Amino acid sequence: MIAYIVRRTLYAIPILIGVNLLTFLLFFVVNTPDDMARIQLGVRRVTAEAVEKWKAEHGYDKPRFYNERAAGLDRLTNTIFYEKSVRLFAFDFGNADDGRSIRHEIATRMWPSLALQLPVFLAGLFVYVSFALLMAFFRGTYLDFWGVVLCVAMMSISSLFYIIGGQYLFAKVWQLVPISGYAGGLDAWKFLILPAAIGLIAGIGSSARWYRTIFLEEMGKDYVRTARAKGLAETAVMFKHVLKNGMIPILTGVVVVIPSLFMGALISESFFGIPGLGSYTIDAIQAQDFSVVRSMVFLGSVLYILGLLMTDISYTLVDPRVRL
Amino acid sequence: MVPVFLRTDVLLWLLVAAVVGYVLHVRRSPHLLGPWRRVTRSASGLSALMVLLAFVTIGLLDSIHYRPALDRKDEKGETIYAVEAISVFDAIASPLRARRERTYSAPLATRAYSRETFEVTGTDGRSRQVREFPRLIWGGAHLKNEEDSVPDILARTLAGLGIALSVWCVLAASITVWRARAAGRAAKEEWRAIWRAETVTPWWAVFLTGGALLAVSGVTLTLCTRYHLLGTEKVGQDVLYLVLKSIRTGLVIGTVTTLVLLPFAITLGIMAGYFRGWVDDVVQYIYTTISSIPSVLLIAAAVLLMQVYIDRNPGLFPTSAQRADLRLLFLCIILGLTSWTGLARLLRGEALKLRELEYIQAAQAFGVRDAHIIGRHILPNVMHIVLISLVMEFSSLVLAEAVLSYVGVGVDPTMNSFGTMINAARLEMSRQPIVWWILAAAFAFMFTLVLAANLFADAVRDAFDPRVRVGAVAAA
Repeated sequence: MIAYIVRRTLYAIPILIGVNLLTFLLFFVVNTPDDMARIQLGVRRVTAEAVEKWKAEHGYDKPRFYNERAAGLDRLTNTIFYEKSVRLFAFDFGNADDGRSIRHEIATRMWPSLALQLPVFLAGLFVYVSFALLMAFFRGTYLDFWGVVLCVAMMSISSLFYIIGGQYLFAKVWQLVPISGYAGGLDAWKFLILPAAIGLIAGIGSSARWYRTIFLEEMGKDYVRTARAKGLAETAVMFKHVLKNGMIPILTGVVVVIPSLFMGALISESFFGIPGLGSYTIDAIQAQDFSVVRSMVFLGSVLYILGLLMTDISYTLVDPRVRL
Repeated sequence: MVPVFLRTDVLLWLLVAAVVGYVLHVRRSPHLLGPWRRVTRSASGLSALMVLLAFVTIGLLDSIHYRPALDRKDEKGETIYAVEAISVFDAIASPLRARRERTYSAPLATRAYSRETFEVTGTDGRSRQVREFPRLIWGGAHLKNEEDSVPDILARTLAGLGIALSVWCVLAASITVWRARAAGRAAKEEWRAIWRAETVTPWWAVFLTGGALLAVSGVTLTLCTRYHLLGTEKVGQDVLYLVLKSIRTGLVIGTVTTLVLLPFAITLGIMAGYFRGWVDDVVQYIYTTISSIPSVLLIAAAVLLMQVYIDRNPGLFPTSAQRADLRLLFLCIILGLTSWTGLARLLRGEALKLRELEYIQAAQAFGVRDAHIIGRHILPNVMHIVLISLVMEFSSLVLAEAVLSYVGVGVDPTMNSFGTMINAARLEMSRQPIVWWILAAAFAFMFTLVLAANLFADAVRDAFDPRVRVGAVAAA
């Protein structure tokens, strides 16, 4: 088991290097720091001196890979590649364009994101599985049919409409919760409950329908027939046999997103003014702050790879048939 | 007029040619004809296909661009052409396009949505200022008396429904007679059989969906010439025109993207599964790396960089339409490059399974070349997976466009799309009184398009996926 985890972790290293090279290529080779400076300073009527000054301030005034003028190891370390890309591996993200430490921002902003995403994830899993199980239990009836119709209709609505509509109805018309904003500590629930509920509802369609197919597939298997043949009640078959076996693909399918919960919900956070990583990313994209976008790309990939690793491990924990 | 070939237009029409070619191919191959027959036997699939075809027609009309000739001529007597390219759809919808109000007006309104100050001369001859809602320039302008607008709208609605009903009757009758001839029975019996859902093709669903489509377009046609059916937006553009224009953007993103992702997914996926070994390792490495980057961020990064490129080379894009078009094409390419990994993974798994089957091993034993085995034996046997994931991808791409445009990395802000409409409507929701119709129009059209695409995708999957059929039998 430990050997397996170590091996999988080692697999992650070349992937992270690949991500790093790809982002470096995108941000520094396809477009040079000069272009970045011009974008930041306004494209037209920008002097060469201003560009140089901006580059010096943000540490982009170095050679890309190899610094001929430096001595010793500095030849490799005093370069853009080392300063901006290699250092990401130590989670040293540097500063945003407004001068603040990206690492500090991430450390403070990940908690609101997590406070929003974790309840959505847990409650979502419960609600979606219950709904799917209900439809599977009443398979072939009108309840099942209209349940599927509802799912397809709900997954055809853009998440933007859920957010705009929910915010309008609950916060503006009925004034049950504040329109946007955030407060630390226990008061946060007032601000989080609406975006969390919207996130939950927006996900019902696709998830419940997918879980329903998983349950139906399980119900077609031989062990279910055996269970019925030996006289078990249908509810016992559903909850004891189908639910447990169906949870294997479901759990292993959702584990991959757990680490990414830190990243937050991009759109929801910026709509509801929650100071999480999602709104941080959107703000950075809109302000064209390349160093923040680059850091979030790297952080996102690390978390995704962590999720893949957890998926592999969860297989062995949930399914006793899988042995390493 | 001078035809203008925008890049996305060309790609869209190439796709249409490819689809026509595929249809001809299907007609000749019984193993493909079977599943497609099953699609046409599903009532929801057939209805969804009709709605999709309606959308596609509008989108394709909007994809033939030209520069119209202007009335005046230059000194040498040669015709001058307009700088801005318009599409055939624009020409058809020119009443909608040209009739601009000054600012917001509600659907079917005769007066604007906000008060303006007027000078009026009173009965005593002195002028004073009043603030009231001004009459619209076009909306309901044909009415002598404003109060007549409700009966006028009702009359026009009824006229539209009447036209739709008569067209529907003609079409339904001719289809019934045609089917009755084929079945060799009386038209009356056929008519009864259709409504009892006893025909193989669910013609009742076709009749109902066709009726709904005809009714909507009939009412739209009779009302939109005199009123702003869906209201007007901030600068007075007709919202109906905007949503109809948005359809093309959604279609381009949903289809051209798949054109980009197909070659990557098919070649890399099948090669990884078929050759295994180091090829497999490399391909798996590439797709894990790409899919580990959050796709929104990768797209955002790429689009930001393209913006830099466009800003740096303004000379390459003389008109704003060309610039917007290039940005749309680039967005499709980026979306394609980030979304091929899912399909490649599926194809790799399938190819791994297929290569162990006897007929492939027999081909290998006979010394058939690998390229030949892949082309002749593996590719045709994974095409159903490709088809299913393409139609499923379409709806998620249309939805993704809205989110990306909201983030600011979607289509060009000057281009009409559902995303830009929603983005603008967000600010209008906080206006007092609220401007709701733009969001409602975008919602209705986007929902219909995506729902139709989802239902069609389900029908295709049910018809082509052998597992689903087994599962359905087991569940029943």
